[in-house]
Amino acid sequence: MTQEIIISGFGGQGVLSMGKILAYSALMEGKEVSWMPAYGPEQRGGTANVTVIVSDERISSPILSTYDTAILLNQPSLEKFEKRVKPGGALIYDGFGIIAPPSRTDIKSYCMEAMNAATEMKLVKCFNMFILGGYLKVHPIVKIESVMRALRKTLPERHYHLLPANEQAILRGMELVSL
Amino acid sequence: MEQEILLLKGNEAVAHAAIRCGCDAYFGYPITPQSEVLETFAELEPWKTTGMVVLQAESEVASVNMLYGAGGCGKKVMTSSASVGIALMQEGISYMAGAEVPALIINVQRGGPGLGTIQPSQSDYNQATRGGGNGDYEVIVLAPNSVQEMADFVELGFELAFKYRTPVIMLSDGVIGQMMEKVTLKEQRPRLTNEEIARKYPWASIGRTPDRKPNVITSLELQPEIMEKHNLHLQAKYREISQNEVRYEMSGSETPELAIVAFGSAARISQKVVDLAKAEGIEVALLRPITLWPFPTESIRELATKVKGILTVEINAGQMVFDVRYAVEGRIPVEHYGRLGGIVPSPDEILCALKKMLKP
Repeated sequence: MTQEIIISGFGGQGVLSMGKILAYSALMEGKEVSWMPAYGPEQRGGTANVTVIVSDERISSPILSTYDTAILLNQPSLEKFEKRVKPGGALIYDGFGIIAPPSRTDIKSYCMEAMNAATEMKLVKCFNMFILGGYLKVHPIVKIESVMRALRKTLPERHYHLLPANEQAILRGMELVSL
Repeated sequence: MEQEILLLKGNEAVAHAAIRCGCDAYFGYPITPQSEVLETFAELEPWKTTGMVVLQAESEVASVNMLYGAGGCGKKVMTSSASVGIALMQEGISYMAGAEVPALIINVQRGGPGLGTIQPSQSDYNQATRGGGNGDYEVIVLAPNSVQEMADFVELGFELAFKYRTPVIMLSDGVIGQMMEKVTLKEQRPRLTNEEIARKYPWASIGRTPDRKPNVITSLELQPEIMEKHNLHLQAKYREISQNEVRYEMSGSETPELAIVAFGSAARISQKVVDLAKAEGIEVALLRPITLWPFPTESIRELATKVKGILTVEINAGQMVFDVRYAVEGRIPVEHYGRLGGIVPSPDEILCALKKMLKP
C-alpha cells in the first residue's frame, strides 16, 4: 500500500498540522511516512500545502508530480492540484472554500460541508480534523485510535482537554462523506 | 535512554542527534530553512542535562570564530546555517583547516546567489567542495538524503572531524531539512571530560601543562619553509582521506542502460525516476555520492563502462557534473538536469531529460 497525498489550503486552515497528525498516525502503525511542507512564501499568508506519503515500503521521492489523493480546501489549491490527481484517484474538497467545483470525470470527487458542520458544532478550530475524518472514510489507511494517539503525541499536555472535541470532529467528518 | 523512533524534521533531528552523541557546544544564528536547529536546542535545553552550551551568536562570523576557539580546546562543537550564512563563515573554515581544528558545519542550502531565496537548492556544491575560503585546503563534505542521515551524519561528521583534525561540512538542503520522516535516535552518550580530552587530544589547547610545550592553535606561519612543510602535511592528510573515506550508494537496475548521479534530495527524487523509467522499460542505475569530497571518482569511472550515458541531477545550474565528467573522461555523454532559484524538479521532468539521452 502506498498513498501519495497533497493537502492544500489557506495558511491557518490547519493543512500542515493535519498532514503531521496523519503521518504520525501511520508511523504508529509501523508504516513508512514522509511529510514535505511548502515552507516558503505560501506559509506566510497565501496557500499552504504539504505532501504526505504513507507506504508499507521505503519512500523514494518526497516531492511528487501526481497524487493518489488531493485534499483541497480553497479555490487556488483546486486550480493548481486538480489536474495532478492520478486517473482513478480521489479529490476531497470543502464546499465552503470552493466556488468552481472540480470538473474531471476520471477521478472520484467528494464534496464535504466541513466548514458548515464545524461552525454549527462550534468547533471551527477543529476544521482540519473534520477533513481528516472525511479522508479516512475514503481511504481508511489508519485506525482512529492511532489518530488519537498521534494527537496525544503532537499536542502539548495543556491542550489535552481538546482531545474529545478533535475526536468528535473526526467522527462527524466521516459522516460528511458519502461514498 | 534506549533507541527511540520519532517523526522529525531533518533540522530537528540534527539537534537531537548532537545532544545524544555528547556534543559540547552549538553556536549559530537563525536563518531559513534551518532555524529549527537552534529552536530545537532551545526546546530541549541540553544545558540542563548534558551541560552542552547552546549560544545564539550575533552573526555567522561570530559563530564560526566561536567554533574555532572552542574546537581548538578539543571540544566537540558545531554550527549550522544556510547558504548565504555559510558564505560568511568561509574565512573561519579556512582558518580551521589551516590550524587543523575539528568542527562540524551544517549547511541547509537555499537558493542563491546572494540572499537569493529561502527555497531548497543545491547550488553550494562548489562552495563546499572547492572551499570558499583561501588556501590549499579540502573539507570533508557529507550529503544526507534523509532525516535519518541528517541525524546519523552528526555523529559521523564528528568522528571524521576528530580522526583527521579537520572541519567537516554536512551539505543538506531545504527539502531534507524541512521534511519530516521516521528517525531512530541513538541512546544518550556522555560528553568527554576535560581529563579525557587532555588524554585523547594531545594537540588541544587546554591551558598550561608542565610536561609539554604550549599547544598553539594558529593558521599563521611566516617562515615559508615551515609553511610549505605544513602544507605538504595537509596535502598528505587529504590524500589519506581520499583513500579511506569515499562513501557512495548504488541502487536501481543492475543491468542499466543509463545512469543517474545525484546527491541529497535530488537523489531521493531520482529514486522515483528510476522506478518510473523501469515502468516504461528503461533500465536505470542510480549512483548517490554520500561524500562529495572525497568524490567517488573511481566508482563513476567504472559505472561509465557499463552504461550509454549519465545524467547528473542537481538542484543547481550544473556543478557536480564537472566532477562526473572528469571521472568519465569523455568516454560517454554526461548531461545535466537541474532547476534553479528554489524550484525543486519533479520526477516527471527528470524522466523527460533522461529519455532525451536515448534519442540519437
